[in-house]
Amino acid sequence: MSLTTEQVKARNQELIKEVLEVYPEKTAKRRAKHLNVFEEGKTDCNVKSNIKSIPGVMTIRGCAYAGSKGVVWGPIKDMIHISHGPVGCGQYSWAARRNYYIGTTGVDTFVTMQFTSDFQEKDIVFGGDKKLEKIMDEIQDLFPLNKGITVQSECPIGLIGDDIEAVSKKKSKEFGGKTIVPVRCEGFRGVSQSLGHHIANDTVRDWVFDKSDDKHPEFEGTPYDVAIIGDYNIGGDAWASRILLEEMGLRVIAQWSGDGSIAELENTPKAKLNVLHCYRSMNYISRHMEEKYGIPWVEYNFFGPSKIEASLREIAGHFDDKIKEGAERVIAKYKPLMQAVIDKYKPRLEGKTVMLFVGGLRPRHVIGAYEDLGMQVVGTGYEFGHNDDYQRTTHYVKDGTLIYDDVTGYEFEKFVEKIQPDLVGSGIKEKYVFQKMGVPFRQMHSWDYSGPYHGYDGFAIFARDMDMAINNPIWGLTKTPWKM
Amino acid sequence: MADLRQIAFYGKGGIGKSTTSQNTLAALADLGQKILIVGCDPKADSTRLILHAKAQDTILSLAADAGSVEDLELEDVMKVGYKGIRCVESGGPEPGVGCAGRGVITSINFLEEEGAYDDMDYVSYDVLGDVVCGGFAMPIRENKAQEIYIVMSGEMMAMYAANNISKGILKYANSGGVRLGGLVCNERQTDKELELAESLAGKLNTKLIHFVPRDNIVQHAELRRMTVLEYAPESKQADEYRNLATKIHANAGNGTIPTPITMDELEDLLMEHGIMKRVDESIVGKTAAELAAAAAAA
Repeated sequence: MSLTTEQVKARNQELIKEVLEVYPEKTAKRRAKHLNVFEEGKTDCNVKSNIKSIPGVMTIRGCAYAGSKGVVWGPIKDMIHISHGPVGCGQYSWAARRNYYIGTTGVDTFVTMQFTSDFQEKDIVFGGDKKLEKIMDEIQDLFPLNKGITVQSECPIGLIGDDIEAVSKKKSKEFGGKTIVPVRCEGFRGVSQSLGHHIANDTVRDWVFDKSDDKHPEFEGTPYDVAIIGDYNIGGDAWASRILLEEMGLRVIAQWSGDGSIAELENTPKAKLNVLHCYRSMNYISRHMEEKYGIPWVEYNFFGPSKIEASLREIAGHFDDKIKEGAERVIAKYKPLMQAVIDKYKPRLEGKTVMLFVGGLRPRHVIGAYEDLGMQVVGTGYEFGHNDDYQRTTHYVKDGTLIYDDVTGYEFEKFVEKIQPDLVGSGIKEKYVFQKMGVPFRQMHSWDYSGPYHGYDGFAIFARDMDMAINNPIWGLTKTPWKM
Repeated sequence: MADLRQIAFYGKGGIGKSTTSQNTLAALADLGQKILIVGCDPKADSTRLILHAKAQDTILSLAADAGSVEDLELEDVMKVGYKGIRCVESGGPEPGVGCAGRGVITSINFLEEEGAYDDMDYVSYDVLGDVVCGGFAMPIRENKAQEIYIVMSGEMMAMYAANNISKGILKYANSGGVRLGGLVCNERQTDKELELAESLAGKLNTKLIHFVPRDNIVQHAELRRMTVLEYAPESKQADEYRNLATKIHANAGNGTIPTPITMDELEDLLMEHGIMKRVDESIVGKTAAELAAAAAAA
């Protein structure tokens, strides 16, 4: 039953060869560079990444608009984000990421609402500038407590050349210096949502940091101020993280961007340390703050007690003994609770195998949480990762792990069919394909409408959810009766 | 109902497309043809001589006022002018905003859906400048104009534009069946203009369908917002347009698939006729000072 590492490697190599065989020669040559078997000791997964998907394959990727509106800007709760262009992009990205927040929706917070310029033929022909101005006026009238506006460009904006910067400047002046951010995140730009993250990060730099003198002079700093960067508060993740940082004695002055506000963004340059969870989507602004304001940043991982423990210590390492002791106190406090979780679920999950295919940080970050439960990740890959993500992945994966970048629908199905993992973790588009194949599945973008999965609180939920998926009695009832 | 003929006039901006097309179409109307003019230029100046108007309300401006193009009726956008010629202007955004090409597509779809082409003998599209994008190629796509007439002159840039337009026609010639009807040379009194125009026509696998001589009477008529055919029907220039109209009328089905040439070939053509001197490659990119120094050394 259980194969040796060498056998696994040979099988995976064979499998890669097999999936490539069905492609036309040129496609096979290109896809071959995105598939590999990890060799222990290497500093890279040796796959090409951040390259245009091949026409004709089913890719799981999104677009630049999704990266900006859906990921980076959308969760900033007290700003109104206008989907500028035809109605579809706004409609289909409406409240899709469950970025939880506190506030009164429609009064001072707007995340689950949808604002669009709803382009018609005449807006394409005559340009949408005037309509955009009108929308901003209406927003100002109808939602006077909004703290700012962003313009999220859909594809046609880049073609017809709407001057969204001019409109933003003009209206900002009219509205007494209100922050209005034009974002050129047209969907056709770049190869995936990744460029949208970058563009959105750059607009924070250019239209939030560089535009505002200190808008909050009343802010009183402490030596323990940190900002959480790259946590989108899916199902409450950022909250479950924040309480740990606070318990160890730090003060969280900003959340980027789950349950975040424009004031938090504006105050972040006053932080002593930026703690970065999703490296892929927010390393750009972290590097900028390091260069411009001298704020160091540290990557951390709050999935599963082992990684949480290491991360708390690493974060504390940037502070004095008070915080270091605080970290130890937090670790000690939760240890028995975590042990209870492991005692309960590990016997049910020990030895189970997982294949992942997700976005930003999860293809590597969740591996530790599975391992805490005695499970093993045997295959993983990124939708829109870059080379630096695959380098970081080497710290997590085991020898012989199958690596697949921007996996195609066909490849993923084939891999799972042959490897027969006990669980697949990916997105909604993949879920039913694999469940119909009889393979347990968890959505690892939305936590399958559960969560949080971050922090100690999140781990208890994570463990329960994985058990629920894998050990569900339904899988024993899926045998075809006439073949029994 | 006789078969509908759809033609289009293309050419470099300012070459006299609108003047030439309106005069020619007026002459066709004199021959008893029922004509619809579709102006496809945001400037909306394709019908002024027929309507004696400054600029007619355009489909797109009316649609913007009404909400959308679906809110319009054909009567709202169509005006009738000289000899019953029906006129519509597509219109478009002011310079620098929006997408004029999409405007052309919207307008033509509207006209077809509303039955503007029913009972017509001719539909003529008057299209701005070059084929700059897909929108301005709309009239040469499938089931639109069968023949394109390119208005040009002996000027280098007009010939360059004519060649570019031929490329646009070639692109759609096999998928949609559009053909190049011929070149119309609108005299600018450049050197060897007729010779050059005929030579270019030969290279493009078409013919110079007519050479329209320059005559100030055209300007006199324009000042009165009239065609020459209406202003001075007995004039020699009116006869020229009648002549051109008769040739176009007889040209149905005689269009060709153009063979556009390269920029080098175009320059060769000018050199052949002595319009352009061969460039001495040794002086390209040299400043006056460098050339003076080289001359002193020699």
